[in-house]
Amino acid sequence: MRKSLRERLAILSDAAKYDASCASSGTTRRDSSNGGLGSTEGSGICHAYAPDGRCISLLKILLTNFCVYDCAYCINRSSSNVERARFTPEEVVWLTLEFYRRNYIEGLFLSSGIVKSSDHTMEQMVRVARDLRTQHGFKGYIHLKTIPEAAPALIEEAGLYADRLSINIELPTDTGIAAFAPEKRPDGIRRAMADVRLQIEDAGEPTLRTKTTRRFAPAGQSTQMIVGADGASDATILATSARLYGSYGLKRVYYSAFSPIPDASSRLPPTKPPLMREHRLYQADWLYRFYGFGIEEVTATRADGMLDLDMDPKLAWALTHRDRFPVDVNKAAREMLLRVPGLGIKAADAIIASRRHRRLRLDDLARLRVPLRKARPYIIAEGWTPLRLIDRSDLATLIAPQPQQLSLL
Amino acid sequence: MQTVMLHGAGDVAEWRNVARSLALAGTRPEEIDWREGEEASLFAAQPLPSPSAEVASLRVPRAFLDLAEAVICHADAGRFALLYRILLRLQDDAALLSVAADADIAAAHRMEKSVRRDCHKMTAFVRFREVPGDEGSVRRRFVAWFEPDHHIVRRMAPFFVRRFADMDWMILTPKGSAAFQAGDLTVSDAPAVKPDLADPTDALWLTYYASIFNPARLKVKAMQSEMPKKYWKNLPEAALIPTLIEQVPSRLAAMAYQAAQAPPVFHARIQARRQDVDAEPPAPSGTLAALRDAARTCTRCPLHCQATQTVFGEGPDTAELMIVGEQPGDHEDLAGRPFVGPAGRLFDRTLGEAGIDRAATYVTNAVKHFKHEPRGKRRLHRTPNAGEIDHCRWWLRHEITLVKPKLIVATGATAMFALTGEKGRLADHRGSVQPFDDGSALLVTVHPAYLLRLPDPRAAEDETRRFRADLVAARDWLATTPARPSTSNTRNAAPLPETRADGWHAPPSPPR
Repeated sequence: MRKSLRERLAILSDAAKYDASCASSGTTRRDSSNGGLGSTEGSGICHAYAPDGRCISLLKILLTNFCVYDCAYCINRSSSNVERARFTPEEVVWLTLEFYRRNYIEGLFLSSGIVKSSDHTMEQMVRVARDLRTQHGFKGYIHLKTIPEAAPALIEEAGLYADRLSINIELPTDTGIAAFAPEKRPDGIRRAMADVRLQIEDAGEPTLRTKTTRRFAPAGQSTQMIVGADGASDATILATSARLYGSYGLKRVYYSAFSPIPDASSRLPPTKPPLMREHRLYQADWLYRFYGFGIEEVTATRADGMLDLDMDPKLAWALTHRDRFPVDVNKAAREMLLRVPGLGIKAADAIIASRRHRRLRLDDLARLRVPLRKARPYIIAEGWTPLRLIDRSDLATLIAPQPQQLSLL
Repeated sequence: MQTVMLHGAGDVAEWRNVARSLALAGTRPEEIDWREGEEASLFAAQPLPSPSAEVASLRVPRAFLDLAEAVICHADAGRFALLYRILLRLQDDAALLSVAADADIAAAHRMEKSVRRDCHKMTAFVRFREVPGDEGSVRRRFVAWFEPDHHIVRRMAPFFVRRFADMDWMILTPKGSAAFQAGDLTVSDAPAVKPDLADPTDALWLTYYASIFNPARLKVKAMQSEMPKKYWKNLPEAALIPTLIEQVPSRLAAMAYQAAQAPPVFHARIQARRQDVDAEPPAPSGTLAALRDAARTCTRCPLHCQATQTVFGEGPDTAELMIVGEQPGDHEDLAGRPFVGPAGRLFDRTLGEAGIDRAATYVTNAVKHFKHEPRGKRRLHRTPNAGEIDHCRWWLRHEITLVKPKLIVATGATAMFALTGEKGRLADHRGSVQPFDDGSALLVTVHPAYLLRLPDPRAAEDETRRFRADLVAARDWLATTPARPSTSNTRNAAPLPETRADGWHAPPSPPR
């Protein structure tokens, strides 16, 4: 018997939940005042949060979870006994519009298992996006997962309708991909990312005739790496991220702690997902992209190339570079302020703006929401010098957060 | 003491008019008793003072008006006094707003932040339920009930207008309501009463919410910091949360104890079919196409790890002219073709000016992978070292053997080194056609990227002219030199330096 829409929605959203990305930000501003439905206004909106703490911004579903690939880490691999289902493109369009009208979501994140051929699958996904945009005047956010082997013309059309395209690299090394996702081609994935970057840059150039720019995936491209399924170290993972950011202009690399799946392949760790490791990777990624840290700086604090789980990577760096501190908040350059544990981008910029008018004291910093307990040993402010606190050998225990037992509940 | 009665809510114009009169009259902050809403009606209205001669005019930065517009929406009764204090202080200290550490400014920023957050949560947590529409109208109708912390309905109504333009809707809250019907927006500050709403589509949404949750990643605190409990009562999906949390241990245990099952029957069928597809016929060995295929998976040196793809030479295998560059750059690495980036465009232009048809030329690089260093969002080019050039010479050597060009133009020091083993100054070898290995000839010139790097435009122009002259010399030499004899005759020419003993006719099988 054919499964109901609700049953299939349960299967095909369960199948999509291992994809970490749910961002709906950074695309062009548009609204429905000239017809249609929906708007995007720069920042993304999380319409709900699941008890796993993850934001629900988009209707994140698979068109189908039938798949001819047999990737060990994936719940939808061909050797898995998971229940299978498929949507028609019309059903996905209907669900997206009805969910959107009730303000449950910002838009659609559509992915799919690979059925028949890469081109056929990609064509179906593009059809959903095309119908939403052209038939229903949908102005909300669309994220399409692209299939590396699909014909370039299909990817090009996908970019016309989608805000973001993504291709998951899945594992940080080519050998990892060969071992766990034998049908995937790392070089094909890289070439597809390169094509998307070229298309995005091409669209940004005004044409000779019209001087206007073409629209192509205005929210850029992103990817995801699974953490903890293979033996790659954090240094390897982050080096791959740096290469991807530099090579393909990715907006984001998502890290997804490998999460046990039902009917799992015996080659995979049966353990709990390494959530703290995932968190540290995001912090390190942030330091690289926004704080001026090099990947080597962040990963050099430990010999095994792993990030310290007990403290954030900036604090770990500061503890091994005590000669660079204390930093005078009334004088130091922005680059150095950003290296002080506890000072974020907002705080650093607020310090720079405020110190033009007066010399800052510790209570001024408190008003700027600087966590003094963490930052105090590393800074000099008006009326405050950390004395020899910085030289104390037990500094780590003084300021590091108290270790907590991680548990499931 | 001056008592001021305000309607309040989120009306910034009302506060602004009153504050302007008071400030122009020279009223000090501590002399004002601000009252709002119902509380205000209990007191007799007091006329506002007339302007004083001492205060000529009020000046505030644009940023203050933006700040006031947000702060006035806050539910805190102290907001009027706070804004008034800042208004007066701004008259003496125009830069006050940028002192984020100032107590008043910090307080205003805190209120602004709280209002912004409330606004954002409203855009996120309003849930429309469909109700029957007007008879004869094509517009569907939706109603939502929401409970904001602050007076934000007026501020946020335009957001919903921009987003839900093609439907009629109403957002009811205890702090006023907004209605959008047939394209017209009406906002009221009067408290609304919670309606009874039901929508069958909620069931699908609840299904989605329950299924997208990953029980292996339970993080209740993270959820609650973004979706505080105070909002739960109006979110249909929140009713599922306790059950979802409660089921986690049993769901995880069930997953862990599930015995490994045999793959479904279609798995074997799919695997068999894939193996047929994978076996693509290889290009005939000993051809340029076969060489290109083999190079695609080259792992002779570590450069392939960082690059997107092998950028092999391109052009006809009958070309009389072969041009050798250094290595692919950022653009070439992405596109998979040599000489297509900024230097490639200059190269194409100059080639055209020199009367050489690129389509009839074989264009390649000494090193086939892009060597670079990631720097934030960019990749910095790095010159390949002698070892990398040595490894890659194997490919270049076979390209030359198969194309048998009459003339090879080496652009830049890397190409010169790859072809001749010569590490000396490029200038010493530049500009004249010299005999080369296996009956062909060699001309050395600069790499077009060098021309782009010259900071002085005059020097760049001169050097570009010299580069063009070299290409013209190549063209003229080709036009005046008879075709190569078909059999190879090794004249007294510099041999291509040996690197490895690999024979071309048995290319290494590409690593997978």
